[in-house]
Amino acid sequence: MNQQLDYAVVDGILAKHGSSHQAIIAILQDIQEVYHYLPQKAFPYLADKMDMSEARIYSVATFYENFSLEPKGKYIIKVCDGTACHVRRSAPILERIRSELGLSEDQKTTDDLSFTVETVACLGACGLAPAVMINDKVHPSMTPDKASALINELKETLKNAD
Amino acid sequence: MLTNREELAALRHACENARAQEKKRILVCTGTGCLASGSMEIYNKFVELMKEKNIDCSVELKKDPHSPDVRVVKGGCPGFCELGPLVRLEPQGWLYIKVKVSDCEEIIDRTIVSGELVERLAFKKDGVVYAEKDSIPFYQKQKRVVFEHCGDIDSDSIEEYISVGGYRAFEKALFDMTGDEIVAEISKSNLRGRGGGGFPTGKKWEQVRRQKDPQKYIVCNGDEGDPGAFMDRSVMEDDPHRMLEGMMIAGVACGADTGYIYVRAEYPVAVRKLRHAIEEARELGLLGKNILGTDFSFDIYISRGAGAFVCGEGSALTASIEGKRGFPRVKPPRTTEHGLFDNPTVLNNVETYANVAQIINRGADWYLGIGPSNSPGTKAFALTGNIKNTGLIEVPMGTTLREVIFDIGGGMRGDGEFKAVQIGGPSGACLTKEHLDLPLDFDTLKKVGAMIGSGGLVVMDSNTCMVEVARFFMHFTQNESCGKCVPCREGTKRMLEILERIVAGEGRDGDIELLLELADTISSTALCGLGKSAPNPVVSTIKNFREEYEAHIYEKRCPAGTCQKLKRIVIDPGLCRGCSKCARQCPVGAISGKIKEPFSIDLTKCIRCGSCIATCAFNAIKEG
Repeated sequence: MNQQLDYAVVDGILAKHGSSHQAIIAILQDIQEVYHYLPQKAFPYLADKMDMSEARIYSVATFYENFSLEPKGKYIIKVCDGTACHVRRSAPILERIRSELGLSEDQKTTDDLSFTVETVACLGACGLAPAVMINDKVHPSMTPDKASALINELKETLKNAD
Repeated sequence: MLTNREELAALRHACENARAQEKKRILVCTGTGCLASGSMEIYNKFVELMKEKNIDCSVELKKDPHSPDVRVVKGGCPGFCELGPLVRLEPQGWLYIKVKVSDCEEIIDRTIVSGELVERLAFKKDGVVYAEKDSIPFYQKQKRVVFEHCGDIDSDSIEEYISVGGYRAFEKALFDMTGDEIVAEISKSNLRGRGGGGFPTGKKWEQVRRQKDPQKYIVCNGDEGDPGAFMDRSVMEDDPHRMLEGMMIAGVACGADTGYIYVRAEYPVAVRKLRHAIEEARELGLLGKNILGTDFSFDIYISRGAGAFVCGEGSALTASIEGKRGFPRVKPPRTTEHGLFDNPTVLNNVETYANVAQIINRGADWYLGIGPSNSPGTKAFALTGNIKNTGLIEVPMGTTLREVIFDIGGGMRGDGEFKAVQIGGPSGACLTKEHLDLPLDFDTLKKVGAMIGSGGLVVMDSNTCMVEVARFFMHFTQNESCGKCVPCREGTKRMLEILERIVAGEGRDGDIELLLELADTISSTALCGLGKSAPNPVVSTIKNFREEYEAHIYEKRCPAGTCQKLKRIVIDPGLCRGCSKCARQCPVGAISGKIKEPFSIDLTKCIRCGSCIATCAFNAIKEG
């Protein structure tokens, strides 16, 4: 994962949204899309460019659940634990995925930054519960075994990419 | 670019003609549900096969006269998500379910070329084949107003929307009606806010219209955050123009020139479709400056949420659009006076806006003819949980729960018995058997301590533990509490702690009373709707299932058998052969006995890991 912040990328994003304070959420979202998290260096830079206090930007970044100040994995696995998924037993799926990747409630990202596992309140795919979203693709009607197979497939893809 | 009313009429005429010329249509559902089941691959396969077989086929609605033999369309969601990917065939009106890529060729050869039904792909129940979509029991009791076009038109095409009467209501509002007349018509229709509260929409518009501020805003709340609800997602994805049209009419009525749609980040498809729809409307000149040559200017922007449930609350939502933390504020002043950027703002939900065009087109009297007069119209529900037919449904207000669950939903899935239905998400309540014949409308539900909320219906069977359900919702609200006011921030945390204790088998005498007392304090003192309604799931489960709470607390027993920590593992003495395999397997030495005689488990040592169950060759060990 690139820990360096490319200021040209940030400048491009700023040019797209303008630097009115209203745009801060959209700007942070775009930065996160590139880096999968919000690199610390972005804060003073944005504060300066947008004429906003760093604390104000930080307050927005920490308020919203989607923003992460920690680097995230290449594959972000969101296990839905909305009501519908919950009553159709999403908990064993989460358990299985975590154990496949050696992750836990406290450690959400693998050390090699390949996978991040989180829960999400509802993906809106309740008709296909239980659902899991990997990056932007929704995988329907999951079972623990299907989840294992999916993880192994992704591990394979990563291996082949190396 | 359309510059006057006549040009819009001409375009409509051309679009209607183009649609009428089409002989056959294949509509592949590309809503989130079917996409996840692989509908895009099916769409591509159809297009590819048509080319291969040399069938004259088009994928877009052309305004110039051209009559292809078949058109393949990325349609919206017909609602029956469970059976996706869904493919609809016109003109027959057939619906094929669970279609696979390998079925495409047969569909073309048999249905498109020869007009035969592929029976294997049709919906079947009790040996009867239901070929036509409308004949399927799931659809029969429904009345589709908001979802009228979902699944029938290409959601990516403004021409298609115009060809089925789209933007006619906007045209009427802009040229033939005054702002007062529009507001009067909406007020007369008694359209009530579909976001859950049921506030009369006409009244809201009237309040904003009266304000003298030159700058006003029209905001759409698409932050559908309730777990278990996805009706708004479907409207945004499948009929985005209808929502835009509703907002534009509100703009004409209230004298606003700017609209914002706040969409939650978890709906990437909806964001993409709305962006595309806004672009199309701008290109045609239906959004922008001096629309159709009048002095009315209006444009719409999208604000993407960043994952905060509280932003579904009005003042938190406007704060978020302003680029701030999504904190609710004390009211009054109301959003209608001091809303977005401190200007008067109309804030309605997606489904509410989706009703507007129809009311303007057909008149308030038509609308009043659907459902009871105090809550007219239809309501969309997301039907999920332990039920046979899950999906999106739309029924007239006042339909009973029994009709929804047993007629449309097809009854329970598996062998579980109906126990409760959770309505209204984390702010809502649980309804039980005794409420099955209750008509679903705003006022009746309020009387029994529930609310329609955003419209999520999660059906639960006898294997669902109601204490655990309450804990689940409390965990959700506690996690989403923004932390601004003490009752919600601290109160929900204490309630969650107590519930966690109860499901872990550590409940104490007095816990139920303490929960009720906390609930009462939070409801009366929290700042916003999220906090005020947070205790609802707990209060309603205590009210309806108090004995389950008592079993957890006093008997350390979970009647539904789902609470892990309260599970008991027992050896059936009739089946146990006394082989000692389980005793050797048990990691904590909780099992003992004499060889060839039934063994027993010491429950004080047992950690309920289940390894004995897995190892027993005689199925003698069970959870109970």
